[in-house]
Amino acid sequence: MSRIFAYILHKGGVADDSAAELAAAARKIDRAQPCTAVVTGWGADLDKVCESLRGAYPEIWKIAAGPLAYPNAELVRQALLAVIPAGSVVLVPHSHFGVDLSPGLSIKMNAAYVPDVVDVEGAEGSWLKTVRQEFGGQVSAHVHCDISAGAVLNIRPGAFRAEGDAPAEGRVVDKSAQVGAPTARRQYVETIAAEAGDVDITREQALVSIGRGIGEEENIAIAEDLAEALGAVVSCSRPVVDAKWMDKSRQVGSSGCTVRPKVYMACGISGSFQHLAGIKGNPFIVAVNKNPKAPIFRVANVGIVDDILEFMPALAKRVRKESVPAKTKGAAHD
Amino acid sequence: MEILVCVKRAPDTSENEIQLAAAGGDIERDDLVYSVNEPDNYAVEEALQIVARTGGSVTVATVGGEEDEEVLRREMAMGANRGVLISDDGFTGSDGRGTAAILKSFVETGRYDLILTGVQAEDGCAQVGGMLAAMLDYPFASLVTSIEVLQNGKLKIAREIEGGSKEINHIDLPCVLSIQTGINEPRYVGMRGIRQIASVPIPTLGASDLGMDGGAAGRAAAKVRRVDYFTPPEGKGAKILTGSREEIVDQVMELLKAEGGLN
Amino acid sequence: MGNGFDSIAQSSYWLIQGRDLFLFLHLLGTVCFLYIVARRLRPLLAAQRDFRFDRPLARLGRVAQYWLAQWRHPRYRLAGAIHILIFAGFLILAARAFTLLAMGVSDRFAGEASGGWYAAVRAYASTVVFLCMVVAAIRRLAFRPARYPRSADAIFLLGLIALLMAADAVFEAAGGAFYARQGREMGREAPLSLIWACQNLFASLPPASLRGLRLGAYLAHELTFFFLLCYRPFGIQFHVETSLFSIYFAKLERERLKPVRWGMPDDAIDKLDSLGVKKLEDFTWKHILDFYSCADCGRCADQCPANAAGRPLAPRALTAKARDYVFGHYPVFGRPADGQSFIGGVFSEDEIWSCTTCGACEAECPLLVEYIDKIVDLRRGLVDDGKAPQALHKPLKSLESRGNPFGKLEKKRADWARGAARVVNGNRVETLYFADSITSYDDRMQSIGRAAAGILGRLGEDFGILGPAERDSGHDVRRYGEETLFMALRDHNMEAIRASGARRIVTADPHAYNALKHDYSGAPPVEHISQVAARAVRTGWLRLNPVDGGVYTYHDPCYLGRHNGVYDDPRDVLDSIPGLRRVEMKRCRDRSFCCGGGGLALFYEPPERERMGVLRVRMAAEAGANVIVTACPFCMANLEDAIKSAGLEGQMTAIDLAELVERQMVS
Repeated sequence: MSRIFAYILHKGGVADDSAAELAAAARKIDRAQPCTAVVTGWGADLDKVCESLRGAYPEIWKIAAGPLAYPNAELVRQALLAVIPAGSVVLVPHSHFGVDLSPGLSIKMNAAYVPDVVDVEGAEGSWLKTVRQEFGGQVSAHVHCDISAGAVLNIRPGAFRAEGDAPAEGRVVDKSAQVGAPTARRQYVETIAAEAGDVDITREQALVSIGRGIGEEENIAIAEDLAEALGAVVSCSRPVVDAKWMDKSRQVGSSGCTVRPKVYMACGISGSFQHLAGIKGNPFIVAVNKNPKAPIFRVANVGIVDDILEFMPALAKRVRKESVPAKTKGAAHD
Repeated sequence: MEILVCVKRAPDTSENEIQLAAAGGDIERDDLVYSVNEPDNYAVEEALQIVARTGGSVTVATVGGEEDEEVLRREMAMGANRGVLISDDGFTGSDGRGTAAILKSFVETGRYDLILTGVQAEDGCAQVGGMLAAMLDYPFASLVTSIEVLQNGKLKIAREIEGGSKEINHIDLPCVLSIQTGINEPRYVGMRGIRQIASVPIPTLGASDLGMDGGAAGRAAAKVRRVDYFTPPEGKGAKILTGSREEIVDQVMELLKAEGGLN
Repeated sequence: MGNGFDSIAQSSYWLIQGRDLFLFLHLLGTVCFLYIVARRLRPLLAAQRDFRFDRPLARLGRVAQYWLAQWRHPRYRLAGAIHILIFAGFLILAARAFTLLAMGVSDRFAGEASGGWYAAVRAYASTVVFLCMVVAAIRRLAFRPARYPRSADAIFLLGLIALLMAADAVFEAAGGAFYARQGREMGREAPLSLIWACQNLFASLPPASLRGLRLGAYLAHELTFFFLLCYRPFGIQFHVETSLFSIYFAKLERERLKPVRWGMPDDAIDKLDSLGVKKLEDFTWKHILDFYSCADCGRCADQCPANAAGRPLAPRALTAKARDYVFGHYPVFGRPADGQSFIGGVFSEDEIWSCTTCGACEAECPLLVEYIDKIVDLRRGLVDDGKAPQALHKPLKSLESRGNPFGKLEKKRADWARGAARVVNGNRVETLYFADSITSYDDRMQSIGRAAAGILGRLGEDFGILGPAERDSGHDVRRYGEETLFMALRDHNMEAIRASGARRIVTADPHAYNALKHDYSGAPPVEHISQVAARAVRTGWLRLNPVDGGVYTYHDPCYLGRHNGVYDDPRDVLDSIPGLRRVEMKRCRDRSFCCGGGGLALFYEPPERERMGVLRVRMAAEAGANVIVTACPFCMANLEDAIKSAGLEGQMTAIDLAELVERQMVS
């Protein structure tokens, strides 16, 4: 079997959660084959990241170059091509960066490419059996991929369960010399951070959505607290916007936004026809409502008959308790 | 600016009607209605708006069969200047790479300053744009949410990145961009518009027209094959959780972890 | 007489003989007026054709009812009464005005200055008009109802009319006082009239002053008269001239939506370069005439639910803005204004999409101004330019591909029936039950379909449904400006209806009812389920069990009530239920308040302060009701949602008439 590499996303000296998930994916592809992490970047942050990966990966290739300080896909591609041997399998998180990098990388490596892999079911000869979801997650597909000439696999974040950290025994190898200074025809200029109130709920993976059950404007803070704990964003149904408690851009429904989250927590939302029309892509719906007959329970996966004003703080507290260790490790996004 | 937009015909899945066929292995296709892959409309609209500002023309091309002509007509009804159907028996069974290779050959028959694709098709692969760029050795950017034409043969583009932030880049022309939905508001095309364009001829190009040899596309060249469709097991209707609040919170916690709801 | 004091023509005004002066004045005034009117006619000539010259008798009947008899004015008591008085006064004084004009140039008319019954009538008429002006001015200045715009012009015009009345009175009173001085009794002036008051006031003036006063008053009257004549075409008072024509040419079949072009075959529509209204001249001449005729009374906006909900639409403003645009682009003097674009400038897109086509404005307008046709034509223009609201793209595309706005499968269209109705499927039936999309696919509304089918079943009707062969009626597709898609849906349905051999159609959806009745041609007679139920109740075929408690109110669906006049049947059905207590909301019958709109309105909501439905359920609560009965699935969707939004859950419920009847049927 070919060598396996994992491209590590990181930010501010902290590796992305996907780093450990790629290691898990690599093990699922071939348990016998050790997976090598590849980290590109510049400066002390890069060293910190490499160091933090020594538990999850037996070998970490460090590529340091000034132009790589910001992950520009074109530059990263050149760096990877310089170090990764032909015929390798490269794992990349299927993130905003991954969709930028991987298709082109696969062409330049003359390798196969499978995007958004959610599972791997072993191999048949040189054909690796991957699982993908299509049509907004409504159906799954077995996608087989010929890895004889290598492959680039984009792994869906969260799809592979990271295993507990092994002792930090991995070896950091500096490969910078093989890369030199890459150049690109696409120049990074700046990042414009999303303003508060400029959250795009249509692209969020997890939404804590509130409805009339929130009662009054002051209670929105309770929902925001839960959302923060979950790493989610607060969205709402029409009455909340009508009351001018939240911005129109937060409204889910036929007259608001259409959202495609993975998890949708409907709190105090009855589930009107217009509201449900805005929820697409078969998310996992958790509905909390005082009224056991609320129509939302008909479409939700899980229902809780409770007062949201009491349930939400209880859940937030529980989430915080659970994720304290994880947070100190740093759940940064690239 | 001469702009090429690569479009695709895709099943319309606005409602959750995708089901497995009784025979298994494939989705139920009898009831599907095919139309333009929705994100492609944003790419065409963006191309039309750029041309309205800077002059030039918009070409739409698709790789497929006769039935895909309808997609080109819809985009031409939006305002694209011409449509090209790229069709050859030898192309059947191409994977993303094969499709990109076909498009590469087509691009080389003309002169395009800018090539746009929709962000992804319903299969969610989002691959052809980046592959095409690599084959042409053009720069590429995905998830583009705004385009500004600069004077010096460059574009200023914004890319969507995590957390709703935007990454601003300068990119040299010619280049390939995959356009994120929401970049604009695509214009509506009604039945009248499509009927009005019905008599405009659409040229069809085959492998020989593109000077392609057999090996680059088609089933044999595919490195990736979708073998079958299946549905992962799932329950129906809400499972009402019972117990004390603490117990329920614990259950929700486990479920959220399993569903990736903890970021 | 004929000379001396009496003669205006013979008197001299600053060395000019009255006859010459007034001949000149009258000529000048008339020429100016004709010129102005000719200029005002130009946009009408540039506009689209509109065939309104048929059935003169029916049209004259309209004139008699709405113009002469001021039919709709009393709907607003005070304003209506004032207007009727002014209008009557004007009619009475018209002859007097011409006599006065003639008096200036010839002595032959001078003698009829006073005396006789007509003199008394017109003395009171002018007094009433004068007082009405005073009351109207006070109302506008001190107690301005919200529907009136703040307008200095309106006050100015009221003042001019008052001046006209006063000048006439002074003219006459000065004459009367003069003769009284001379001991010549000219006949007693009508007591308490304006003339009478002036005459008493002038009683002690010397003859020379009276003479001066009289000549001055005459001059003032003539100047005011011609000034008004020429000034009116520049503002809302133009309706004095145009309303007669507006009403004569008003659409006779108001329930029929204006086609893209009158008299154009369907297949020709594809060949048109442009469709709908994109510039002023795309309106028909009658619609531009409407802009002139609107008197800015604001009743339309006062009744408009979109306006009440804070949407950016008020029918009055629509007309006023269009009128300003016409005046600017077809000016009487000078060069046409340019700049502001018509769509997006004069009318915002949100404004155009804010209308639910409920028809409240048209039911109210005293001058029969047409709004729905204009809105639909504006939407056709927007749709043709690709500017349908983004939220409507998906439903419209689904309607095109699946025949329903939800994108649901055709083959599931009959799933709701679950044994309650059978699919025709090649067999012939006597009666067809037309469900339409929302009843077929929406979980909640399917119950309305089953209830309606249950009623038909109980009545022993031989009926069936089209099932998968049915498509959306296209009612609101058409009203949202997608004419070609509507035609495709209609043609498909018509073919299926014909194939079923049905001799009549029943539906529980007023939108489908209206479409089948007025938008489709050649469809069998169509009835709403409330009409079927009412007949069955009256003949005793259907008996209903008593209800226990609850205060019921009936919400008139726009397309059942206002657009089709079905007000009593649903109420009769309700009243046949023993023990049912029914109250009326303040706004009911032809003043019913739209729930928020049906069809595509469910998918697109323009910016608004409050939902129409919420306003509506509050009205029901105000009336003391706790059950709202309606007869339309869209009303149900909006009202049920509104009950929740208004926080009335548990205190108020909504039920469809068919559901209620089915529930109460004596088995």
